[in-house]
Amino acid sequence: MTLDAKIPEGPLAEKWTKYKSSIPLVNPANKRHIEIIVVGSGLAGAAAGASLAEMGYKVKVFCFQDSPRRAHSIAAQGGINAAKNYANDGDSVHRLFYDTIKGGDYRSREANVHRLAEVSTSIIDQCVAQGVPFAREYGGLLDNRSFGGVQVSRTFYARGQTGQQLLLGAYSALSRQIGRKQAELYSRHEMLDLVIIDGKARGIIARNLVNGKLERFFGHAVILATGGYGNVFFLSTNAMGSNVTAAWRAYKKGAYFANPCFTQIHPTCIPVSGDHQSKLTLMSESLRNDGRIWVPKQKDDPRKPNQIPEDERDYYLERRYPAFGNLVPRDIASRAAKERCDAGYGVGKSKMAVYLDFSDAINRLGKSVIEARYGNLFEIYEKITGENPYETPMRIYPAVHYTMGGLWVDYNLMTTIPGLYAAGEANFSDHGANRLGASALMQGLADGYFVLPITVGDYLSKDIRTKSIPTDHPEFEKTEKEVRDRIEKLMSIQGSEPVDYYHKKLGKVMWDYCGMSRSEEGLKKAKKMVQEIREEFWKNVRIPGSSAEMNPELEKALRVADFIELGELMIDDAYSRNESCGGHFREEYQTEDGEALRDDNNYAYVAAWEFKGEGSEAQLHKEDLKFENIKLVQRSYK
Amino acid sequence: MKITLKVWRQKNNSSKGEFKSYSMNDVSEDMSFLEVFDVLNEDLVRKGEEPVAFDHDCREGICGMCSMHINGRAHGPNTGTTTCQLHMRSFKDGDTITVEPWRANAFPIIKDLMVDRSAFDRIIQAGGFVSVNTGNAVDANAIPIPKDDADKAFDAAACIGCGACVATCKNASAMLFVSAKVSQLALLPQGQPERHRRVLNMVQVMDEEGFGNCTNTGACEVECPKGISLENIARMNRDFLIANIAD
Repeated sequence: MTLDAKIPEGPLAEKWTKYKSSIPLVNPANKRHIEIIVVGSGLAGAAAGASLAEMGYKVKVFCFQDSPRRAHSIAAQGGINAAKNYANDGDSVHRLFYDTIKGGDYRSREANVHRLAEVSTSIIDQCVAQGVPFAREYGGLLDNRSFGGVQVSRTFYARGQTGQQLLLGAYSALSRQIGRKQAELYSRHEMLDLVIIDGKARGIIARNLVNGKLERFFGHAVILATGGYGNVFFLSTNAMGSNVTAAWRAYKKGAYFANPCFTQIHPTCIPVSGDHQSKLTLMSESLRNDGRIWVPKQKDDPRKPNQIPEDERDYYLERRYPAFGNLVPRDIASRAAKERCDAGYGVGKSKMAVYLDFSDAINRLGKSVIEARYGNLFEIYEKITGENPYETPMRIYPAVHYTMGGLWVDYNLMTTIPGLYAAGEANFSDHGANRLGASALMQGLADGYFVLPITVGDYLSKDIRTKSIPTDHPEFEKTEKEVRDRIEKLMSIQGSEPVDYYHKKLGKVMWDYCGMSRSEEGLKKAKKMVQEIREEFWKNVRIPGSSAEMNPELEKALRVADFIELGELMIDDAYSRNESCGGHFREEYQTEDGEALRDDNNYAYVAAWEFKGEGSEAQLHKEDLKFENIKLVQRSYK
Repeated sequence: MKITLKVWRQKNNSSKGEFKSYSMNDVSEDMSFLEVFDVLNEDLVRKGEEPVAFDHDCREGICGMCSMHINGRAHGPNTGTTTCQLHMRSFKDGDTITVEPWRANAFPIIKDLMVDRSAFDRIIQAGGFVSVNTGNAVDANAIPIPKDDADKAFDAAACIGCGACVATCKNASAMLFVSAKVSQLALLPQGQPERHRRVLNMVQVMDEEGFGNCTNTGACEVECPKGISLENIARMNRDFLIANIAD
């Protein structure tokens, strides 16, 4: 199958507007008979579910948590970008588009990114109308701040809890539709497979996590808004339950998986404190607005940070990147921290940390200003580490945070399976090889509020004659049996090690060989190791209890089984991309001063992988990226 | 550190529960409270016993999913802290720690420490929103809002819906939770058109779900991990009264 991104004709800035007004529509009477399944209730899922229900479709929303409000979008701290130019600093749709393409190291699709920049302004309007309490100036108007990788202030925020407030806005909108019976909610339900009938996505098999029953659901279309797969690394800033299963099951049913190796390592996270660690906590990138990052100039300096005089500190980001300083994009800041720590300048007990220091800002602005800006983040830091960041610099280290890769989608956000859509972090489309700060919230809401409600209509307009398919259809039977067999197989192993044992093992291999830096040799080794973990897992994992009841160990086992398979594909992808770009740093491809060396002649493509059956290698398909509006240059933040 | 966990075990909603004790010998003070349960569960699995079921997700104190009653206090001994943000340095070597689920009629137990809080969702579905369809919005800066009002609305909106207020209230009242959403929207111009019907509808569902009445003990405010203020309850009561008269 050749990949057709279905990008509309015409000049870039007019594509979306023209496309929107020429797309076929579904009339209101027909919408009432059309059912749409939305899996995931984060920004993309809740926004899509609410908007589609408002339009009159019958919507079913699924989440594995006890309430849609728990989705991990809730944890996003810093903010959401929009090209409002309220700061009068020269911002525009084009500039946001340009920054995002450049920030993504020229590995994303121009038309999608431009659309994202266009709808960004409507997102802010919509959220304010819902009552989202964004930060405001004394004049009553909205406040903005700056973020990494850009030179304008276009980030809207609600203290350090922007994701929470935006998600609760979308959750409220969705709840309103549930109250009106226009949408149905299935919480504590986990999608375990996709049902395909006559080549089209027509439903899902979900496990009711409370009683263990497998349930069947029909939809004329299925939207996956199931988030990213950062938990393949075990330790990440993702929530404990975040997983790849829905997307992976879709992949195994024929949806291509794009750029799996593009993962974002966030530079400012609280360092690992011991073997017991279950997850990592992010310290918002917004802290880099006022915090300065440094390490001692002397190796293994035993002094406390406050005792090290100014001229014996190495503010390495300011030194290496004078134009952007502490606000370089995430991939660059992360690698620079790794470089200093690997070279022996790291701080703290583990020596795998650098300082993020607020003393200058506190002296300049006063403690109360810093408290108003970052108070809740400082509190989180103190709770976790027992140290007070107003008095001593934070210790930070990079951690897995976001995955730019995901299901391949065309301009309509449709995967290679007709009727199956992917939105938000679950798709690959907008962030290329590196995502800029405050762009994930923007993309999730853009997809959910403004893109899918239009593009899904295009597909459904040709499907108005399809009656709801009863779930005793043979394909539902067959798919449910596959799921049941997988569960029974897992339950029957009764080995000796718990699921987490394998998850941690997998995570370590991925972090060591497919994390912040990758090499041909390391990846070869890692592939073997992951295959071994897979074999061992299926021989020796132990799941107590029964599958016919609430069983959190079984839930984890199903997720980890898929993570192991994904890990191997990530390694294949990293191995096949013989260049460095964004979050993908191949040691063989770097400039003399250690910067990523892209190869636009050979690798300016999206790598979309097709599942070819158990035991076979996945097949690589390439979508060439055409840059008609932007000149490709080596990224420089110097 | 050495600690003993006394944990409520209950197979499902229809079975009888009981406390079981587990001693743990190698607990680091840097561990979070939930990480102690991770370690306990790994041990239980290796021994072929069923691990303790508990709700948790973000482990950053924001999703509101974790919900343990620890030594008689919702989310444990520290103020302004969710269970996931509680660290073992808040306990002493040799401590026995008692862990129970949220107890409230409106929050039936699912298993062990897990309860069903979907009643909260149904209250929001009754009115915890501004009725504005996607695409209907005016320019964001066309609605100026005094900073103080926006900040107060934010303070109310910071509620994470964990249910600690209900669990800690002797009447199992949900007033703090409901009033936080009512207040957030009552403080903003966007919330005015539906102000009366919102409070009436939400309070009605709150009562139907079996939550108790508020008797102003203030326990909810003390235990709220996000510091949601009792003022919100006063504001909701006022709005409720006015809405009833206006109706």
